[in-house]
Amino acid sequence: MTILNDPINFIAGWMRSLLTGWGLPNGLTTVIIYFIGITVLIVFAMVLDILLVWVERKVVARFQDRLGPNRIGPFGLIQPFADIIKLIIKEDITPAGADKLLYNLGPVLAIASVIILWAILPLSAKIFGVDLNVAVLYLVAAGALGTLSIIVGGWASNNKYALLGAFRMVANMISYEIPMVVVLLIPTILADTMSVQGITQAQSGMWFAILSPLALIIFIISAIAELGRSPFDLNEAESEIVAGFHIEYTGMKFGLFYAGELLHAFTFGGFLAVLFFGGYGGFFGLENTGFFSWLNNPFVQVVVFLTKAMFGYWVIMWIKYSMPRIRIDHMLAFNWKFLTPLALVVLVNTAVLSKVLLGLPNWGYVLGMFFSNIVIGYIAVEILRAYGRNQRKAEATLSSQRSQSQEQAL
Amino acid sequence: MTADQIIFLLCAALILGSALLVVTTRKLIHAALWLVVALFGVAILYAILQAGFLAVVQVVVYIGAIAILFIFAVMLTRREMLDKGAQTRSNWWLPALLGLAILTGLVFLIIRQPAFGRTAAQIPVGVDTLRNLGNALVSPDAFVLPFELASVLLLAALVGAVYIASGNKK
Repeated sequence: MTILNDPINFIAGWMRSLLTGWGLPNGLTTVIIYFIGITVLIVFAMVLDILLVWVERKVVARFQDRLGPNRIGPFGLIQPFADIIKLIIKEDITPAGADKLLYNLGPVLAIASVIILWAILPLSAKIFGVDLNVAVLYLVAAGALGTLSIIVGGWASNNKYALLGAFRMVANMISYEIPMVVVLLIPTILADTMSVQGITQAQSGMWFAILSPLALIIFIISAIAELGRSPFDLNEAESEIVAGFHIEYTGMKFGLFYAGELLHAFTFGGFLAVLFFGGYGGFFGLENTGFFSWLNNPFVQVVVFLTKAMFGYWVIMWIKYSMPRIRIDHMLAFNWKFLTPLALVVLVNTAVLSKVLLGLPNWGYVLGMFFSNIVIGYIAVEILRAYGRNQRKAEATLSSQRSQSQEQAL
Repeated sequence: MTADQIIFLLCAALILGSALLVVTTRKLIHAALWLVVALFGVAILYAILQAGFLAVVQVVVYIGAIAILFIFAVMLTRREMLDKGAQTRSNWWLPALLGLAILTGLVFLIIRQPAFGRTAAQIPVGVDTLRNLGNALVSPDAFVLPFELASVLLLAALVGAVYIASGNKK
């Protein structure tokens, strides 16, 4: 065990021998080392978050044919630090009639609900917080706390727009949680485990994105809905309810909501990588051949993981800055009448096929899974098209009847 | 005292304190949020007992679904849901006495149990409790019948709710 093969355990072992050498009891040493480990993980996530502000602003600028921040530092890299200083020295206003304790709890919960997700994010085979055997459910549980932060912040602000934003968030969250939970079962079935390390290792031969592309698409849609980003950003729709749940927040409290949203989006990019793109591994067996064995190095794995997570984050940003916001009834109808049934069909298909195709060689399994998903996706799109055609026909007959009756009246 | 015991005592104090605040606080939404804290404390207890699955399900079901619906319902009511009247009735001592008697009886029973005072055995390495639970729920010689009956019951409730919500379309 050297610092290159297993850095975290190496440092932890060194610190343990150091602290016990000082005469500290064994139990206290464990507590101190865990505490330091948690702090380092949180600091890593928060420092990454500062850079994400720059990434987000640069990428949205490119999508909108602008330059983005480019004045302070090389490529505007120091811009987020200027933003932070500005946010901290702004006046901190608590609205009259606000529930003080809950009002201050909102932003804290918003960022905490994201950071607890980092406990299960596997940065590499050796660098991770904890390998839970219920990690997939943990992801859903952390989402519940995120919703709670928005409800608490929206209610405690004593503002009608904030309350409307909170209501919309509940409707959004309760409905889109269902396809998300259903679709999270698909990597669980394919990997035969709920632990994220197990899911990552199960994809060393073949990504789940190829075995079940429909599950990937449904997961992206429901993840964006849970993040509350466009086209599902009804909770802060600035053209209707000004800024939604965070309308009253000023200075760094607003900053915490903003930073929490960015880090949440990046974290979901990370889960996209873990659940569907092989996480830190997934080189189709390449890492076991002699020449490419350096891919198994933990530092290389961290870089690979962060690159894949950044790609997922980029896809989420791409959708955010290309799509208009959808109406709330369309959003709910889309979820309940289309996404949820589709997710259930894909789940049943995966569960049955993963047992039926078990005897086939590997390529048969992969092709069978892939084409069954393509067939289901094609049928779903055809059903949607027929539905849209019927709607347009009904509207056309309605409007022609209306114009006829107007002519008769004249 | 081991670290586990310290965490357990802190956690128990948290649950009891927040449960007391649920029934004594005058603001309805604060009561709902204290309920969330109490339920979260129970999840920590499950985690201490190495029942990770139950801990996560406690958070998903009780906080993620039930408590959020509670808060949603409370938010739809008037903002200042303050009950100005007295919080106790004149005969409050009777239920208090009954509660105390039940507590004494339960404590007496638990102390007489042979398992009392023993520390929980560690789950041996390599045993996946979650996998065992899953197998037990679907194997015919274990709990498959109650499990399936419960799902049929929930489906019936779901269909009933949809029927009631859709209204009488005659």
